[in-house]
Amino acid sequence: MALDKATVARIATLARIKVPEADQERLAADLSTIVTWIEQLSEVDTTGVEPMTSVAEMTLFMREDKVTDGNRRDDILANATSPARGAFFTVPKVVE
Amino acid sequence: MSLIEGRTGSWEIVIGLEVHAQVVSEAKLFSGASAAFGAEPNTHVSPVDAAFPGMLPVINRHCVEQAVRTGLGLEAQINMVSVFDRKNYFYADLPAGYQISQFTKPVVGEGKITLDMDDGSTREIGITRLHLEQDAGKSLHDQNPTMTYVDLNRAGVALMEIVSEPDLRTAEEAGAYLRKLRSILRYLGTCDGNMEEGSMRCDCNVSVRRPGDPFGTRCEIKNVNSVRFVMQAIEIEARRQVELIEDGGAVIQQTRLFDPNRGETRPMRSKEQAHDYRYFPDPDLLPLVLDPKMVEDLKRNLPELPDKKKARFIADYKLSPYDAGVLVDERITAEFFETVAKGRDPKIAANWVTGELFGTLNREGLGIEQSPVSAQALGELLDLMGDGTLSGKLAKDVFAAMVKTGKAPAEIVEEQGLRQVTDTGAIESSIDAVMAANADKVAEYRSGKDKLFGFFVGQVMKATQGKANPGVVNDILRKKLAG
Repeated sequence: MALDKATVARIATLARIKVPEADQERLAADLSTIVTWIEQLSEVDTTGVEPMTSVAEMTLFMREDKVTDGNRRDDILANATSPARGAFFTVPKVVE
Repeated sequence: MSLIEGRTGSWEIVIGLEVHAQVVSEAKLFSGASAAFGAEPNTHVSPVDAAFPGMLPVINRHCVEQAVRTGLGLEAQINMVSVFDRKNYFYADLPAGYQISQFTKPVVGEGKITLDMDDGSTREIGITRLHLEQDAGKSLHDQNPTMTYVDLNRAGVALMEIVSEPDLRTAEEAGAYLRKLRSILRYLGTCDGNMEEGSMRCDCNVSVRRPGDPFGTRCEIKNVNSVRFVMQAIEIEARRQVELIEDGGAVIQQTRLFDPNRGETRPMRSKEQAHDYRYFPDPDLLPLVLDPKMVEDLKRNLPELPDKKKARFIADYKLSPYDAGVLVDERITAEFFETVAKGRDPKIAANWVTGELFGTLNREGLGIEQSPVSAQALGELLDLMGDGTLSGKLAKDVFAAMVKTGKAPAEIVEEQGLRQVTDTGAIESSIDAVMAANADKVAEYRSGKDKLFGFFVGQVMKATQGKANPGVVNDILRKKLAG
């Protein structure tokens, strides 16, 4: 599958990665090569085979409904940039 | 079918609802932090909820059981294998940059809800699916002129997203659907249904079409937070679409917000509309495989749900469908009624609960769980009517006193000397006195003016301060007046 420049720009926007227009053409070519290489997998006939969601042959481990964490705001906010009143994360204003 | 009239003819509204219902649980869906509402900001947060590097989600068994119980309550298909996916988008209150949700394989498949409409008819509305997902955190935009504050207490709390088929046709049906869904969730105890606190939120998909035509293009109105607003938003959005089409325009599929103050819907900023979530199975989580025995156990222990209870109330207590519907709406009301009705006349019990009691609760702005009169006490009051101690009128006076003082009915009857007089001797002497004082009226009555009978009854009741048994008064009075 070939990715065009517009698709690369779109993926970059969705991923919030700034990709200068000058780089988009080269990236499109790179990504196309990667995707094409992976596409070799589709040469294997998987008719009637359930898609596999995990390689581990185990079932999901479940936790009891008990409160075992929390009340550690200082830890949680330790790496936050300019936390407000020692209580909130802050980000540049996003208003609807 | 109910249509709206445009300038160029009739239009039908097509509505599908997506309800986000917060699961009642102690801890969050994938972390051990508390799911309780109203704590100090960022105190109910574990490193998993704040998406610290290397943290792994571990699912809460109880939340899974709550989703399955809800599915069973909606008579839905339970999927024994389901999968968690990542829904990718960027927002400040979503620290991981993705929400763990279920996309292709939800835990619950197709089900249904039966609506009881005001005219007594019923409508069956299809449920498309129910899946488990994480809630996001909360953004506060009004704390600072340039910054948005983020509180992650809600981040990671378990939600059930319950999606209906586009089977609803009017705002009233949408309202009835929400009320019925809320009633079922509360019966099950899987969601408290509190729309004001945001534990139940609704997205409305609305389109319009000419009757019989294929579906039109829909708009999604996000995050409407009361039944009344849902109904208003649907009406307003449908009107907007009809006018747009009749003016020669076309509806564009988009996400809109409802502004109750201005009475309008308006598009969200286009940026947030980039509906490209790039779902993929969450590699941190294995498929959710349910134990058939667990599902069986949950099914066996399901409480009696509103529809069944209503049918039983109609069959066993001979209540009208309307009364039964009112009484089963809330589980606690139904229990209150059954306590009052036990061993008594159910029709009278229903009248007192839906009449005097509901009237009082409405007036005082109280829920039935805060009722100043307990089911026990109301039952005792009905017993005092049953054994002739109180007339209906006196019982209402005693009830009012019970509301005010919280005392037992027998106590109030003793204190205020309200006991109904059935002693024929006492009543006879009252009647004699009344007749003696109104000799002229007695003569008129005897000469054929029958209508005066009511006058005499009134006088006797007044003389006995309303305590005379009306039946006994009627009997004796009739005999004495006949001469």
